[in-house]
Amino acid sequence: MTADPKLSLRGIRKSFGDTTVLDGIDLDVAEGDVITLIGASGSGKSTLLRCINLLEPVAEGQVILDGVDIAEPGLDPDPIRRRIGMVFQSFNLFPHMSVIDNVAVGPHKVLGAPKSRARADGLAMLTRLGLADRADAYPDQLSGGQQQRVAIARSLAMNPEVMLLDEITSALDPELVGEVLDVVRGLKEDGMTMLFATHEMTFAREISDRVCFLHQGRILEEGPPAQIFESPNEPRTQAFLQRVIDAGRM
Amino acid sequence: MTEQHAGHQPTRREVYDRARRRRSITIATISTVVVIGALLVLIPLTPGWEKVQQAFFDGDVFVDTLPILVEAFWVDVKILVWSTPPILIVALLVALARNTRSPALFPLRAFAVVYTDVLRGIPVILLVYLIGFGVPALGLSRTWANPLIWGSVTLVLSYSAYVAEVIRAGIDSVHESQRAGARSLGMTNHQTMQTVILPQAFRRIVPPMMNSFVSLQKDVALVSLIGPVEILRQAGIEKAKYANFTPYVAASLIFLAMTIPCTRLADWALARQRAKTGATAIS
Repeated sequence: MTADPKLSLRGIRKSFGDTTVLDGIDLDVAEGDVITLIGASGSGKSTLLRCINLLEPVAEGQVILDGVDIAEPGLDPDPIRRRIGMVFQSFNLFPHMSVIDNVAVGPHKVLGAPKSRARADGLAMLTRLGLADRADAYPDQLSGGQQQRVAIARSLAMNPEVMLLDEITSALDPELVGEVLDVVRGLKEDGMTMLFATHEMTFAREISDRVCFLHQGRILEEGPPAQIFESPNEPRTQAFLQRVIDAGRM
Repeated sequence: MTEQHAGHQPTRREVYDRARRRRSITIATISTVVVIGALLVLIPLTPGWEKVQQAFFDGDVFVDTLPILVEAFWVDVKILVWSTPPILIVALLVALARNTRSPALFPLRAFAVVYTDVLRGIPVILLVYLIGFGVPALGLSRTWANPLIWGSVTLVLSYSAYVAEVIRAGIDSVHESQRAGARSLGMTNHQTMQTVILPQAFRRIVPPMMNSFVSLQKDVALVSLIGPVEILRQAGIEKAKYANFTPYVAASLIFLAMTIPCTRLADWALARQRAKTGATAIS
């Protein structure tokens, strides 16, 4: 790696009360990298993503975006969040807005784009994700897969430099997972830098540049997907993957 | 039997449902007829009915007093119309003040708590007396000693405290994930509140707000205690003039003519909203 990483995590720690959720996370993400975070529920994947987006303050450590520590206490988080997109497990679409308004509200309100422009760009984004015909529908009128694609479109409309995907297929019926993962494949082709917490092991293996196995708030093992999935060094990684295989998920 | 193949053969479930539906409609109809019939037969049999009928349901008095009562009712409507916007504004400000987090704004938060606690804790009727007689006694000029002003101020103080709590509950009812979604787009706290939280909160609190609004429509009559001749006071005057309670019945009907359409309108608006955003057109 010659260029400086796009995003670096240095010694991230975080606890809720007495429970330590993140126990010293170090990670370098180069521009265009797709990093998947795997691990059991409660291993800290979601919290780590929320910390990167500053939705949760870190207790200790640095989140370095383009050489600047954005976790520095006292820094205004709002301008930084604009540069980092986040997609949530439960979509978090705004139910009182139509699909196009969900996508246009960020550029219009936050980036100050004129409404007509924001809507035109939003429509282009929806077209790209195959949702143009649903632009005037409301989120509750869509299938889960469509809702999640709208959520991705909403995030992409802000032109983020990094995308954080937090178990974005976990709330979907199995037959709807594919359409969302197709969008993620498209993003990789476009060179988007992504951190992706997921339980979809087959997909993680296909799309990742590197896979991190999280266990009790630490990255126990990190490497290219072939290594992690075929010959993991850590017994706990092996045990986790075995459980996934036993559950028929890989 | 063989010929019915082409037509729609009702399933056993449909036959059963239809029979059930017919049965419930029959029961509802019979019980309604019995109850209303009993009331119509039994009430006139009570020993005092004759007198009550004369004192409360005198057709001539009703016809004579209705126009003047409707006119007096305009005072109530005016008080209602000019009190409602300040109630909503003050209530929203108090609710937002209670939702602030910054330590520098502690006095504001504390004020909002005291405001809602005190003004909700005092009966409206007492507040009307205290403010309606107390404030003008400070020696205000004639224009400012108008009981209409202080009556309205009382309603604004009392009702904004109630409505503030309703709004606060509405804000709290919007799930935290909505805030996360908005903040992840880089929205500021203020933008999040304005574009994501409040619009959803307001939709949810329409029914309780309408409840407060109907309550307010009735409590406007309390302003009569400090002077203005609105419908309640006018009904009292007419009652004394005719020595008959029918004006009170007329006044009640006039109130109902306003409150019932208001509630129905709110129900309709809410149902329409739900139909628009709800799961109706899955494709």
